[in-house]
Amino acid sequence: MSVLPRLSFPCGVAFVVAANIFAATTAWALPAGDATNGKNLYEAKCGGCHSVDENRVGPLHRGVVGRVIASASGYQYSAAIKKLGGTWTPERLDKWLQGPQAVAPGAKMFFTVDDPAQRRDIIAYLVSLTPAGASH
Amino acid sequence: MTTSAIEQDGRRATARRTFLGGAGLVLASAGTLAALPALGAEAQDVAIMQGALALEHEGIAAYRLAGGSGLLSPATLKIALVFKGHHEQHRDSLAKLIGQAGGAPVQPKSDADYAKELNLGTLKSETDVVTLAAKLEQGATNAYAGQVAAISDHKLVHLFTQLCSDEAVHWTTLNNALNKPIPTQAYLFG
Repeated sequence: MSVLPRLSFPCGVAFVVAANIFAATTAWALPAGDATNGKNLYEAKCGGCHSVDENRVGPLHRGVVGRVIASASGYQYSAAIKKLGGTWTPERLDKWLQGPQAVAPGAKMFFTVDDPAQRRDIIAYLVSLTPAGASH
Repeated sequence: MTTSAIEQDGRRATARRTFLGGAGLVLASAGTLAALPALGAEAQDVAIMQGALALEHEGIAAYRLAGGSGLLSPATLKIALVFKGHHEQHRDSLAKLIGQAGGAPVQPKSDADYAKELNLGTLKSETDVVTLAAKLEQGATNAYAGQVAAISDHKLVHLFTQLCSDEAVHWTTLNNALNKPIPTQAYLFG
């Protein structure tokens, strides 16, 4: 998957970003989804509260895969999700989308995506959203 | 106030145990206690309403700011103001119920915040405005449909189906204005 950033970053930053994305993508045990369909699903299902590049009712999603949980700059997270720890991986996102309240009771999000194929596609799209400043 | 207040309000509401006037969920006797939802359900319903209220605030701001942009023709502006009025009525219903449950309704953000979050500076034409509005209405419809299953109080479920239906009508109208086809696959939302 061509989501690793080029070495145009300061070296340390590049390493951290690359390591996070590598860990997130290589640990993906889910079947790969269709990112193009995922974009449509994302806009339809997630777009009420989320945007790729701006915090709204929910946090922005660019770079979410591989990102430390509850770390989008400027977004005020619930205590429930702050306690989760770790980073967002495709597997964790898959569980999250099945039931946010089961993952983090008291979180702000109640919306679920019940269809596994839709979840895979949405997650494939989220994987494609490289962090700001990163390039293919 | 930001959406971070959602949980605090929910917790406050749980402590007060007065909910949805007229819905029958009040503390009166052991007999009525048996009809109450499990502990936490009430707070969860309030939290869901707070999220919905934040959405309605955003929708109102979008129509107000776009309506004042000068990009809309009189006929389109007229429709936009009708939709804004619907969102204001949704806002009032949700805020009232949250207040009755003992919560403090989430407040709208500033116009500058909404303009940034919705990227309103990029809108250059009526089509741009209608396209953005259609996306927001579609998102709101899905947000409501996708949360109904988490609501405990049946009267609140009814309200959410009403909110959802209104947003679906908005989306359909806007989608038609953009000459976009009606999706052939059923279950358009949720």
